Amino acid sequence: MNIVVAIKHIPSIADDLPVKGNNVDFDSVDFVLNEFDEQSIEQAVLVKEATGGTVTVVGVDMIGELDGVLHLALAKGADKAVKITGDDPAADSHQQAKWLAEAIKGMSPNIVFAGVQASNDLDGQIGPMIAAHLDMPYIGGVSSVEVAGDTATVNKEFAGGFGAKYAVSLPMVVGVQASTKPPRYAPISKVRQVAQTATIEKVAPSGESSARLTMKKMAPPVVTGHAEMFTGSSKEVAAKIVDLLKSKGLA
Amino acid sequence: MSNDIFVITEHMDGKFSDVSFEMVGKAKELANAWGGQSVSIVVGSGISSDGFASDSTIQVDDETLNRFNPEAYGKVIEALVKEKSPRLVMFGWSATGMDLAAWLSARLGKPCVAYVKGINIEGGALIVNSQIYGGKMMADVSPEGDMAIVAVLAGSFPVEAGQGSTAATQIASPVLLDGLKIKFVEAIKPAAGDVDITAQTKLVSIGRGIGSKDNVELAEELAKKIGATVSSSRPVVDAGWLPRTRQVGKSGLKVKPKLYLMLGISGAPEHLEGMKGAELIIAINTDKKAPIFNVAHYGSTADLFEVAEAMLELL
Ligand SMILES: Cc1cc2nc3c(=O)[nH]c(=O)nc-3n(C[C@H](O)[C@H](O)[C@H](O)COP(=O)(O)OP(=O)(O)OC[C@H]3O[C@@H](n4cnc5c(N)ncnc54)[C@H](O)[C@@H]3O)c2cc1C
Ligand SMILES: Cc1cc2nc3c(=O)[nH]c(=O)nc-3n(C[C@H](O)[C@H](O)[C@H](O)COP(=O)(O)OP(=O)(O)OC[C@H]3O[C@@H](n4cnc5c(N)ncnc54)[C@H](O)[C@@H]3O)c2cc1C
Repeated sequence: MNIVVAIKHIPSIADDLPVKGNNVDFDSVDFVLNEFDEQSIEQAVLVKEATGGTVTVVGVDMIGELDGVLHLALAKGADKAVKITGDDPAADSHQQAKWLAEAIKGMSPNIVFAGVQASNDLDGQIGPMIAAHLDMPYIGGVSSVEVAGDTATVNKEFAGGFGAKYAVSLPMVVGVQASTKPPRYAPISKVRQVAQTATIEKVAPSGESSARLTMKKMAPPVVTGHAEMFTGSSKEVAAKIVDLLKSKGLA
Repeated sequence: MSNDIFVITEHMDGKFSDVSFEMVGKAKELANAWGGQSVSIVVGSGISSDGFASDSTIQVDDETLNRFNPEAYGKVIEALVKEKSPRLVMFGWSATGMDLAAWLSARLGKPCVAYVKGINIEGGALIVNSQIYGGKMMADVSPEGDMAIVAVLAGSFPVEAGQGSTAATQIASPVLLDGLKIKFVEAIKPAAGDVDITAQTKLVSIGRGIGSKDNVELAEELAKKIGATVSSSRPVVDAGWLPRTRQVGKSGLKVKPKLYLMLGISGAPEHLEGMKGAELIIAINTDKKAPIFNVAHYGSTADLFEVAEAMLELL
């Protein structure tokens, strides 16, 4: 089994997101791994452990800092790491999907994993676009994957616990919402050790997307309402909340 | 190319989702401005689709389309879009639309906008408003070229504007649907047995800020003191700290309690979808810019653990 995980490096939404011109000021934000990619790395490793094979993680190096993320993936059980030297923090999802699809094509994948979405998927998610470029079937919102022979059985979530089970002939692209088991923890010592010994393969970006959006404006939402804020020490805040609840007959 | 607008509607067990009607209402407005037609597209088998206000409704009917299948649905929609070249194709940013919108966009090489909250026409051109970065940023973008695809967040437009009585025209699938690589196996139903959070009047809801499984106990204690039940955001469930039955949001349950006390939840759009109708929302979150404060009635940037401990002492 050739198992490939496509990952996305994105601005952290835990930070303030300053705007410069018509976009986020990429120089003053931290980039982090898309949260759903953590799930998809885990799902890929679980499939490898069940069926055998190799897990290759591939990502676009947006700001020249992808190595840390790739080392983490290796420490969590991936076997090979590849980075596309894109180095353009403003490259949109269409562009990244094109580059990723070109790189993945040569890996003869049996199954490709991607996160179901990322918070900066302004122009759509990477997973379905890679599937379109590689002419493979795609199912997103997936929370469990089992592979037997050349068929994958996946569970897709709709809402409220409702979902559907599908059988898919491989190769396919899976958009992971959550892995079958919570992502494992990689001890920092292991990540350090991997960082010293691992080699990361570099690939030049290839292919261009023609589907474009012109950014007119980006700004924090215009706030129509804001919570009335309780200030003071934690004890004072607690007292105010308790009073409020009591006054409304809720405590 | 036409100035028509396609709305890809969504349905489950014969019932159309709200976002389908929301999109149809918006499509009518845009089609009027452009001098095109609004067209509702229904893909399925044996459903009655005469309830839309669109200029026309096309129902592709085939036994194979009985259940949502991203491959089959994608092929049908792609064929229709290629044949009629609408100016705009609208999907819901839902469990189903999310599988199709970006895929179609890459297939056709046409631009796509996700997380859509608003669509306007300025000087004949589309300006699409999108909510990104977990609700922390709004982008106004203009798709280039003669066709665009948008994926609309539920709750962005009024439902009523899309309700009507246009009779649907049934057509056979425009593509062959044999040899599909994706096969529907079975439906999955929610696990029974746990409390039903949609029936509770008070919820103490915890997010990733709770930090670890061990800390869930603190929320349980607080909930018990005020006669509430503990619910959560998705990451808490994905981490295995609470069962799936406790999850509030887009892929969880929609709740409308009298009290929704939130500890360490940021207020991502997917979470808001499940709780924004709660009567009293109180949010404790150390990030003063957390989007939840734009929705909550009361809030504090104090530490959730300190506040919860102090509340326990007072109650
Ligand atoms: C073009 C198109 C055609 C479709 N045709 C069909 C079809 O023919 N048959 C079909 O089954 N699906 C069909 N679907 C899928 C269906 O519309 C969506 O899966 C469903 O609307 C769930 O969407 P959501 O996740 O956005 O949930 P939401 O729209 O947010 O809400 C789903 C709500 O429905 C409830 N729910 C979910 N599943 C079920 C269920 N099985 N029974 C009862 N309640 C449920 C949930 O609790 C939740 O409250 C179609 C989708 C598209 C895009
Ligand atoms: C298709 C799809 C469906 C989804 N469905 C759902 C869904 O149904 N429900 C859902 O919730 N999410 C859903 N999500 C996930 C959603 O996008 C967010 O990732 C999620 O809601 C974030 O959860 P959170 O607020 O707990 O975590 P975070 O966004 O990580 O927020 C944690 C918050 O805790 C605060 N915090 C940390 N420590 C403390 C402290 N000591 N005291 C006070 N505050 C603290 C932080 O400031 C932060 O704001 C879905 C995503 C997708 C793609």
